[in-house]
Amino acid sequence: MTTLLAILIGFLFSVSIYLLLRRSIVKLVLGLLFLSYATSLLLFVTGGLTVGKPAFVESQTQIASKVVSDPLPQALILTAIVIGFGVAAFAMVLIYRFHRETGTIDMDELSETNQK
Amino acid sequence: MEIITILILCFFLATVAPVIRQRTGIWSGWILAIVPAAIVVWLVVIYPKVWAGNAFRAAYEWLPQLNMGFSFRLDGLSWLFAMLIFGVGSLILIYAGYYMKTYKNTKRFFAYLVFFMGAMFGLVAANDLMTLFLFWELTSVTSFLLIGFKHHLKAARDAALQALLITGTGGLALLGGFILLGIEYQTFNIEVILQNPHIFLNSKYFLPISILLMVGAFTKSAIFPFHFWLPGAMQAPSPVSAFLHSATMVKAGIFLLARLLPLYSQSDFWIYTLTIFGVTTMFAGGWLSMAQNDLKKILAYTTVSALGTLVLLIGTGTAYALTAALVFLLVHAFYKATLFMMAGNIEKKTGTRQMDALGGLRHWMPVAAIISYLALLSMSGVPPMLGFIGKELIYEAKMKAPDAAVFILLAGFLANVFMVFVSARIAFSVFLGPKMSFDKKVAEPDVALLTGPGILVILSLLLGVFPEIAQNIISPAFTSIAPDESLVKLKLWHGFNNILLLSVLTVSAGLLMYFARKGLINRISRLNELFFNLHLSERFFAGLNAFMSFAGRKTSFVQHGYHRFYLMTMILSATALLWYGMFKMNFSWDSHLFEGVLSWIVLVAIFVIVSASIATVTTSNRLNALIYIGLVGIGLTIIFIYYGGVDLAITLIVVETLMIVIGAMVVYRLPKYIRYSGVTSRVRDVLISVVFGATITAIILAISPDYQAKEVADYFVENSLTKGFGKNVVNVILVDFRALDTLGEITVLALAAIGIASLLKLKLDKKT
Repeated sequence: MTTLLAILIGFLFSVSIYLLLRRSIVKLVLGLLFLSYATSLLLFVTGGLTVGKPAFVESQTQIASKVVSDPLPQALILTAIVIGFGVAAFAMVLIYRFHRETGTIDMDELSETNQK
Repeated sequence: MEIITILILCFFLATVAPVIRQRTGIWSGWILAIVPAAIVVWLVVIYPKVWAGNAFRAAYEWLPQLNMGFSFRLDGLSWLFAMLIFGVGSLILIYAGYYMKTYKNTKRFFAYLVFFMGAMFGLVAANDLMTLFLFWELTSVTSFLLIGFKHHLKAARDAALQALLITGTGGLALLGGFILLGIEYQTFNIEVILQNPHIFLNSKYFLPISILLMVGAFTKSAIFPFHFWLPGAMQAPSPVSAFLHSATMVKAGIFLLARLLPLYSQSDFWIYTLTIFGVTTMFAGGWLSMAQNDLKKILAYTTVSALGTLVLLIGTGTAYALTAALVFLLVHAFYKATLFMMAGNIEKKTGTRQMDALGGLRHWMPVAAIISYLALLSMSGVPPMLGFIGKELIYEAKMKAPDAAVFILLAGFLANVFMVFVSARIAFSVFLGPKMSFDKKVAEPDVALLTGPGILVILSLLLGVFPEIAQNIISPAFTSIAPDESLVKLKLWHGFNNILLLSVLTVSAGLLMYFARKGLINRISRLNELFFNLHLSERFFAGLNAFMSFAGRKTSFVQHGYHRFYLMTMILSATALLWYGMFKMNFSWDSHLFEGVLSWIVLVAIFVIVSASIATVTTSNRLNALIYIGLVGIGLTIIFIYYGGVDLAITLIVVETLMIVIGAMVVYRLPKYIRYSGVTSRVRDVLISVVFGATITAIILAISPDYQAKEVADYFVENSLTKGFGKNVVNVILVDFRALDTLGEITVLALAAIGIASLLKLKLDKKT
């Protein structure tokens, strides 16, 4: 049971790395998105899992019971998702400009700093 | 306190020197010279106090934890060197003020020169090894700037770089030696160290310290085999050469050896090594000076010979040798500064420094000729110049040398004969002889160009006639390096004895050689090419280039420019490090992190994620790839909701939607997918990514539940309602407990937005 989610996360990381290693700059950005997913899930899962109990506190009595899901990883992931969005949006526009300036989407064309 | 004042005065003068130069032009030399001249006057006034030894000190803490101090002490040796630095320095400034008028950017030049003078004074006045090292390096750096002053010429840049690298390497060696000494003595205070030589002599680091200190002194003082940077340094303007060769820079190594003399005077190793290197350099410098054709190069090699002589004398260490060393220090500073300034004058007036193009200059510049004759007489050691006394003493010291006296005496005799030959060659071929024709109109150099040389030769003459004055000048220095010995009495006339005979022989042999010069110079040149064809300078640059191309190859190997290979390197090293970390932590596989909380909803989500991921990778349509990625996001959302992460789910859905919209807009404008990589690289990349994914899986499985910081979560849950007044704990964390983090997050988003906006509006020049 436990291993299934662990394997899923490993799988998402594999997909992300594979995409990052492509020469196409579009796939590179897709790889970044996958990396962000995989990391979010990793954080979420390692925080411990509780089924169907969001971290809400309705009253003082409920505080004592303490059986809600861990709010801390969720807060971290929330930040990570938003930042990941910023990064991905920037990367998207960057590759758009990259293509407009260089006429290619091949990363290997970028191996030199001089203009051809 | 006085020492600090002098240092501040020098460095302050260096900063205002450009302004003075700009305002006063060729008169700036005279104005700038006021300060060093005033310091010389002060030094003369304090002469009686210097005898006391302890009159002038300054000590500040620098880094007491490492026993480092910033301290100074003006004893007899420092006083002698300071006299030379500021005395010769002020004359050089007067000379340079006029000499540099044809150069550009001279404002900078005067700042360097004055700074250099100050650094040199700090070096000789230091009472702490680390303070000494600081100023030692300052002289290296400023001399680099001065040698390379004509930086539009490649030769000057190369010479400056060579000097910097060689003296800089020596400086590093010296630092190593100083640190080891500091470890042995638990202090860097020179006075304390010199009072306890036995600690050094019995140290287990004796040999490394000795070698490091010698390398430092030898590189700075251009001792064989490091001598070659000095002839190269003649690329500097003449005032710099005159200063470097006479009172500063190369004398720093000599100063260090003299300063540390009490430390090693009992060591046979030091005595033999200094003697061997001194004799070799003395002979080699003299020999190499003979066949040169460039006036400055001739003088440079005679300096090498003189430095060898000084090292030899200090190494010999007897009362005679030390007296001779100190007298010769004065002798050499006087005549060498004079001759280099004269070489500059000659070049300025005739436009050449080549011996075979010069001749008959006495007709145009009689005063300069007389000054030069006197300096050359001092160089050849002819009475009544101070050089004669110096040479007599050197002969006497060599005769009485404890070991290998015959060999040393012979080498010294030959070196002196070479000096006489060179002096005669300059005197007869440059100033006497037939008039040569020059492109320029030759005339007597201006007063400012003759003042310095004139004063120096008059001093040489005066001190030669009244040796008692010279005796008084050097005796404090003698006492501070050899307190147990007594100074030998200086006399111009020793009566008829072996040494006088030797002197007569030297001069006659040198003159004889001069009359046979035509065949001789050719023969020496041929011999040089056959046997002494070392080309050390060329080899130095060949080695430097080889090192640079090695560095270039290494860089292009590591910095190959291919993005995916950088990533590959990072991923593989990260994998290796993660496994190393896990094995160090003794992990176990039996994780109980989330036992028994899996349901069919999660299974469906996992199925969606996996299939959509595979589709993203394999699809050949870029828009489809975006849609599949969206599916992966939906799958994740399901997992988040099921395990109580409702805020995550909401955010992810919103972000996901936005991402796909933006992505579609961008991807639409990009070309279609092209298959870039072959099967081999795909298989390789699959392997790498699977290995990395498996590593992450293994780590998750290895995480122990005890590792979780439950108490932090408990704190937030307990206080969310009471202190944060919010029921949704995640929200309260974001906007209350960790509000500053959220502010940072908003800032990142704002920056990304600015970046995107400017990327879209950016208009790049299309230069193709």
